[in-house]
Amino acid sequence: MKYRVLPALALVLAAALAAAQDLASFEKRTTVKKLPNGLTVVIGERPAAPVFSFFTHVDAGSVQDPEGKTGLAHMFEHMAFKGTDTIGTTDFAAEKTALARVETAFAAYLAERDKSVGRDEEKLKTLQKGWQDAIAEAQKYVKPNEFSQILESNGAEGLNAFTTVDETAYHYSLPQNRLELWAYLESERFRHPVMREFYKERNVVIEERRMRTDSSPVGRLLEQFTTAAFQAHPYHRPTIGWISDLISLSATDAQEFFDRYYIPSNMVIAVVGDVKPAQAMPMMEKYFGRLPTRPVPDERTTTEPPQNAERRVVLEDPSQPIYLEGYHRPDFSSPDDQVYDAIADLMSNGRTSRLYRALVRDQKIASDSAGFTGLPGTKYPHLFAFYAIPLPGHKPEEMATAIHAEIERLKKEDISDEELQMIKTRAKANLIRGLGNNAGLAFQLGIYQARFGDWRELFHSVDRINKVTKADIRRVASQTFVPTNRTVGIIQTVAPPAGQGQKGGVQ
Amino acid sequence: MNRRFFLLAGLMLACLPQLSAQASWQQIPIPTLREFHPQQPKRIQLSNGMVIFLQEDHELPLIDGLARIRGGSRSEPAAKTGLTDLYGEVWRTGGTRAQTGDQLDDFLEIRAARVESASAPDSTMLSWSCLKNDFEDVFKVFNDLLRNPEFRQDKIDLAKGEAFDAISRRNDDVSGIAAREMTRLAYGADNPYARVPEFATVAAVTREDLIAWHKAQVQPNNIILGIVGDFDSAQMEAKLRQTFGDWPKGPAWQEKKIDFQPAKPGYYLVPKEDVNQSSIRMVKLGTLRSNPDYFAIQVFNDAFGGGFQSRLFRNIRTARGLAYGVGGGIGTAFDHPGILQIAMGTKSGSTVEAIQALYEEVDNLKTHPLTESEIKDAKDSILNSFVFNFDSPDKVLRERMAYEFYGYPADFLEKYRAGIEKVQTADVARVEEEYLHKDQLAVLVVGNTKEFDKPLSSLGPVTTLDISIPPPPGEKQGN
Repeated sequence: MKYRVLPALALVLAAALAAAQDLASFEKRTTVKKLPNGLTVVIGERPAAPVFSFFTHVDAGSVQDPEGKTGLAHMFEHMAFKGTDTIGTTDFAAEKTALARVETAFAAYLAERDKSVGRDEEKLKTLQKGWQDAIAEAQKYVKPNEFSQILESNGAEGLNAFTTVDETAYHYSLPQNRLELWAYLESERFRHPVMREFYKERNVVIEERRMRTDSSPVGRLLEQFTTAAFQAHPYHRPTIGWISDLISLSATDAQEFFDRYYIPSNMVIAVVGDVKPAQAMPMMEKYFGRLPTRPVPDERTTTEPPQNAERRVVLEDPSQPIYLEGYHRPDFSSPDDQVYDAIADLMSNGRTSRLYRALVRDQKIASDSAGFTGLPGTKYPHLFAFYAIPLPGHKPEEMATAIHAEIERLKKEDISDEELQMIKTRAKANLIRGLGNNAGLAFQLGIYQARFGDWRELFHSVDRINKVTKADIRRVASQTFVPTNRTVGIIQTVAPPAGQGQKGGVQ
Repeated sequence: MNRRFFLLAGLMLACLPQLSAQASWQQIPIPTLREFHPQQPKRIQLSNGMVIFLQEDHELPLIDGLARIRGGSRSEPAAKTGLTDLYGEVWRTGGTRAQTGDQLDDFLEIRAARVESASAPDSTMLSWSCLKNDFEDVFKVFNDLLRNPEFRQDKIDLAKGEAFDAISRRNDDVSGIAAREMTRLAYGADNPYARVPEFATVAAVTREDLIAWHKAQVQPNNIILGIVGDFDSAQMEAKLRQTFGDWPKGPAWQEKKIDFQPAKPGYYLVPKEDVNQSSIRMVKLGTLRSNPDYFAIQVFNDAFGGGFQSRLFRNIRTARGLAYGVGGGIGTAFDHPGILQIAMGTKSGSTVEAIQALYEEVDNLKTHPLTESEIKDAKDSILNSFVFNFDSPDKVLRERMAYEFYGYPADFLEKYRAGIEKVQTADVARVEEEYLHKDQLAVLVVGNTKEFDKPLSSLGPVTTLDISIPPPPGEKQGN
């Protein structure tokens, strides 16, 4: 067993040297500029192949959804693929008028629909028809999906976007000769977005909700669990939106959200690939510099008060059991952030991880078990969570007992030298593995620049994990993993409704 | 108030001065893409038949390798379905003669290195990933696992427990059910690509089976090894020749012929009452990449059911708002027919409407064939994104390994580009006519029948599929 000790020491030195080298070499190839309108551009040179990837980070997610309008940030993300005043339309002047009529008609329909007293069903039908007719009229001017079609025809790869509780992001890759075309299209999309085909896209998003949440056991559990864990902070609301909110959102709401939050100072755009800053930066300034400055929105949110009683969500479901528990922890800027990362790594990473060894290998009660941080986001105080998937015949309660035993060990015993070394080496290796890919790197540079105002934090966070001590891990575990700070989520299996998937034969 | 805000915002947009000289995207110059000849890996064949590809990539201090070995789950006995899954797990976890899997875990994790085994329908894999400085240590583990695996019983038991768990959970998720049942319809329930492990077939696998599998398959002449990373090819070649050169050749692996017996066209239903969205899959047998129609098929697929610009996306999702996920095409694979499929998810209450909408899209291809402009967009999309097939040394290596494995020409990618360029509108119409027929499709619906807009039987006779999980031997069917 001596190989476990000596090479470990050598590794510490090697890792420390390499981290400094990486950052130094990256600084030479990375250019950052804040444009006069407040938008930040990060350019990373990686000229290996004639392609580039980008990542547009907008510092607004579903936490910014107004009350009663959950799902709005995500809804806007879908609208950002619908084109502009010149792309996706045959006659914008006429379309604009038609779209304004759709909004008037929808507002009238909504006002009648939501009357709790004295709703006139006949009138509602007429109003609904008026709204649908207005949609049909506006549709006449639409060139469907022209924005995406231009990109796809130009070779866009991985054209997509995502919305989280914390942010909205847009990303794809193109051949290097399309850089200017990209800069134009990406800036136009956030300069003149048009909320066309909103109400059909709303149905698409509702289908997305049915797929991800309603029809998925894990989706159902996570929604109930997160809602229970957060009572004051907007993290208690699902990013996809509650159904009653979704069916009430309007294109006007989406436009308002855009005007309020898609301001240049809320945006970071990272471009990585075969891109030379001397040529690319002026191009970025020319196109993205056009986005108008707007006032910074009021970003106050309620801080989740300390939890002082355990909460439990038990979902009776036809699917097989799952055990999940989460503990409140501070946000990403906490000095203990890397201590949480270290705990997640120790408990979860690979076959040497404590939860795998305890629940899967030794006790043989689970097929999988891990701990992770960042539920449902990281920008605000959030959860550190543990889960276990019970093997057939084992109950969620056994998972709780086994996970709690491992948590107690964290509090009472120092972790071993080998474990601490493993965590640090892996952090370094993971950083290196993430550098060899344009899209991944654009994502990382963009998100670190947005969160910390400095992409170098990507490297510094590894330095900070190098400083984590055994005492840090005991301290943070003791502070965080206490029963009153805990929310439990369980899928308890109940028999499926009669007749489901039981009999074969012809109907 | 909302309305006023909208009008205001509208005004603001209209008043913004046009700062740019470019009036529209069409005026933006697109320079010629710079010449790019991706570095090809060096191919070496040892006298024992082992094929090695070496691809240097000095960007990061990493060395990764993958051995792909002929023979996979499609060749395992039906009564032991799940054998290669277990093999793919226990090959690594069961350790070597000299070290247990747990000892390997400790040894590798402190180096942030991985050595992993896996299985696929046509092959099994042993791979590693490590920091350059750890290569010697990690390669030793790799080679020891390749030559002297132990398949310890405790890890077989552990892997079986995980397999049983996966079986017990296989009806929890709609998409899993849809993928599984769709394959059974397209290929036939007994087809090796379609059959799935059961409690009994997993229980039937013994340690001797795993050892026998390893002995039969892991022969140098069945192995393609690819290495990418920060190394010197000449030194690496010398090391590999030294390591593998004296490994004697084994018997050549023979693939058995596989029967594909698609289900009859018609409607197939899996009732699932805890969902509010139906998964719809229309399937039939697809074709092979070696088919001369492959290029026209790729263009057709892109235009009909590929990305945002495809007809299915445009009409079913964008125009009708019936789905979040919708797409499809004529599926192709390297050495067996792929699956032709049209897939979507829609709310329970529009299940039959959605099926009819998909039928309309198929019919529409006859009355309104794909236009020159749709085909141009599709070809542009494939050709302009072509560079993403080889934009990293690792991708180039993986492509070459795949061509070697399936006996395709080394320049298949170049042939692909040339083939796509030549595709004409008439070619696309011809493949559409040849492969896609509404009345040849088996239509699978997984959904909550109580909420359907109309009974599925309003479309035609329906076969309800029994997806209940056969209980473990000796146990009664329970909850």
